[in-house]
Amino acid sequence: MKVPTMAEYMAEGKQPEVLFWVGCAGSFDDRAKKITKAFVKILNNANVEFAVLGAEESCTGDPAKRAGNEFLFQMQAVTNIEVMNAYEVKKVVTACPHCFNTIKNEYPSLGGNYDVVHHTQFLKSLLDDGRLTIEGGHFKGKRITFHDPCYLGRANDVYEAPRELIRKLDVELVEMKNCRKKGLCCGAGGAQMFKDAEPGNKEVNIERTEQALEVQPDIIAAGCPFCNTMMTDGIKNKEKEDSIVVQDIAELIANAQDL
Amino acid sequence: MEYIPNILFAILLIAGVGYFTKNVRKLTRNIKLGRDVDRSDNKSERWKNMAMIALGQSKMVRRPIAGLLHIIVYVGFVIINIEVLEIIIDGLFGTHRIFETVIGETVYGFLIGSFEILAVAVLVTVIIFWLRRNVIKLKRFLSAEMKGWPKSDGNIILYFEVVLMTLFLVMNASDIPFQEAGHGNVISQYLYPLFEGTENIEMANMVERTAWWLHIAGILIFLNYLYYSKHLHILLAFPNTWYANLKPKGEFVNDAAVTKEVMLMMDPNADPFAAPAEGEDEGEPEKFGASDVQDLHWVQLMNSYTCTECGRCTSECPANQTGKKLSPRKIMMDTRDRLEEVGKNIDANNGTFVDDGKALLNDYITPEELWACTSCNACVEACPVNIDPLSIIIEMRKYLVMEQSAAPSELNVMMGNIENNGAPWPYNQMDRLNWKDEN
Repeated sequence: MKVPTMAEYMAEGKQPEVLFWVGCAGSFDDRAKKITKAFVKILNNANVEFAVLGAEESCTGDPAKRAGNEFLFQMQAVTNIEVMNAYEVKKVVTACPHCFNTIKNEYPSLGGNYDVVHHTQFLKSLLDDGRLTIEGGHFKGKRITFHDPCYLGRANDVYEAPRELIRKLDVELVEMKNCRKKGLCCGAGGAQMFKDAEPGNKEVNIERTEQALEVQPDIIAAGCPFCNTMMTDGIKNKEKEDSIVVQDIAELIANAQDL
Repeated sequence: MEYIPNILFAILLIAGVGYFTKNVRKLTRNIKLGRDVDRSDNKSERWKNMAMIALGQSKMVRRPIAGLLHIIVYVGFVIINIEVLEIIIDGLFGTHRIFETVIGETVYGFLIGSFEILAVAVLVTVIIFWLRRNVIKLKRFLSAEMKGWPKSDGNIILYFEVVLMTLFLVMNASDIPFQEAGHGNVISQYLYPLFEGTENIEMANMVERTAWWLHIAGILIFLNYLYYSKHLHILLAFPNTWYANLKPKGEFVNDAAVTKEVMLMMDPNADPFAAPAEGEDEGEPEKFGASDVQDLHWVQLMNSYTCTECGRCTSECPANQTGKKLSPRKIMMDTRDRLEEVGKNIDANNGTFVDDGKALLNDYITPEELWACTSCNACVEACPVNIDPLSIIIEMRKYLVMEQSAAPSELNVMMGNIENNGAPWPYNQMDRLNWKDEN
């Protein structure tokens, strides 16, 4: 696995094609690290010149902003923007819809202007350019349902890129009763990931998992590390972890290719 | 003597429209209590949104049954109001069915005929609406915030429409010359036998005049009822969709006052003790976020008056679906109720607001509701007229966190981690690339 940093590129006097923004979950969460690695393997395999910031990356500030701490958010944003601008970053790809949304939409008015894409959009563009081929591999014929991340779908109208990638896997894509614009949240957004839920009669991720189980999938595909965690917990709660797996689209593609 | 009806009509019309105008002034004053926000960019897209969403009902039909029924009432109500124009002219000048002579019997007959069909369609629809609210008991009409006035308001509107549509049909049925002409009485001809025959002419005339007067009086009363009702949406849906947010739903506005401070902190050359430059207006001390309606911007306040309490937002809300206290509809209803309260306070105190010791936060909306939100934008997407409850929730969270340091303790831990380690978890920033060498 080759994972060059922006600093290394700069030392060589070169610019990578794209900055891979790993995000906090992708860097530290054991489950999400697998998504990070799967994506890197695909990038390596497709000979994409990318770099990461490594220790120079910091939280985008998304959970702080959504929790109401505008000051902390802007401190994070301005610091990150300084780093990215110093490296003259043009294009950013990330596997986290929260990082994607924040850098794409909220950084520009603070001086950070980049072409930001979600990893499913990036993979789709590699596919369209012929730099990446996707084959079904051992997923052929399986039933897959895709859980729309709120910050990718409703927040930014990205619905089709992940679905087109899934279809390339020669699988049967089945839609939950709430999908696309009507997708149901996994329960982690708006900083809920970091606190207990308010009193209610059910957890949101359980409700969403039940919707997924209704379509009897073999695989629940996710496009967000937080959704991934929430859906995985839901499947465990329903004691279905032996029959159903939750995987990021990058993992599905990497696994199909035995990368 | 012969002009008495005309004069009475003019008085009724002036009183009705005058009182309505007075309330519209109050409405705009209340909305302007909000902070300023610039929503005048991209005019062509705004007109398009208004045409599609408010005029074209494009978001209503996402729920096909409610959407179709709504369109019938909407089209019926708008089109039948062409008839109101004729009534006003007739009333003021003492004419009778003036349009018949202007546009000719055939076209007039066609028009009135289609109004009659629409009137029946509206009657049927309104009955279904009533059944949905009161007999079938759809879940979204039964939430906690839908008790009392909001529930009766919903029904009163339906009764109004039944009365108005019935009066319209009766008015036509008892108009003997109109019936005898036989143009456009597609429905009312079946009611006509009640009034047919010479011995009943007196009675028929009386019924016709009564229905005619009640019809126009009813319309003027209904017009004035709007201000007190969720039915205000029939007017405000238009500006509300025009001024709606056009940016991606995930983009939350960056607070410019905070940016100024952050930039100052990040600037190594800034002198923290420097006096403000000459002529630079410090203005009022900035308050972060919103604890009361005056802290929201005017589009958010207009949103609250536009809300028709249909509950599509609440029924899509993941927190609400799983039994949490949050209901986006209640956020909008609370905002309107508090705004009305503030408006009455201003009226009672000669134009200035006198602190009443209450606020939108805590007295209406509790922190528990606010913290249950996942910011997923389902409510914003679901609203048929582009209301944005989420922006109010986030503004109030901002107040809780930045003015009161009142975040749930786990969120304080998360924010502390971001501040110290650059991640919401307590890991060292230097370890960010460790995954590279792990299996």
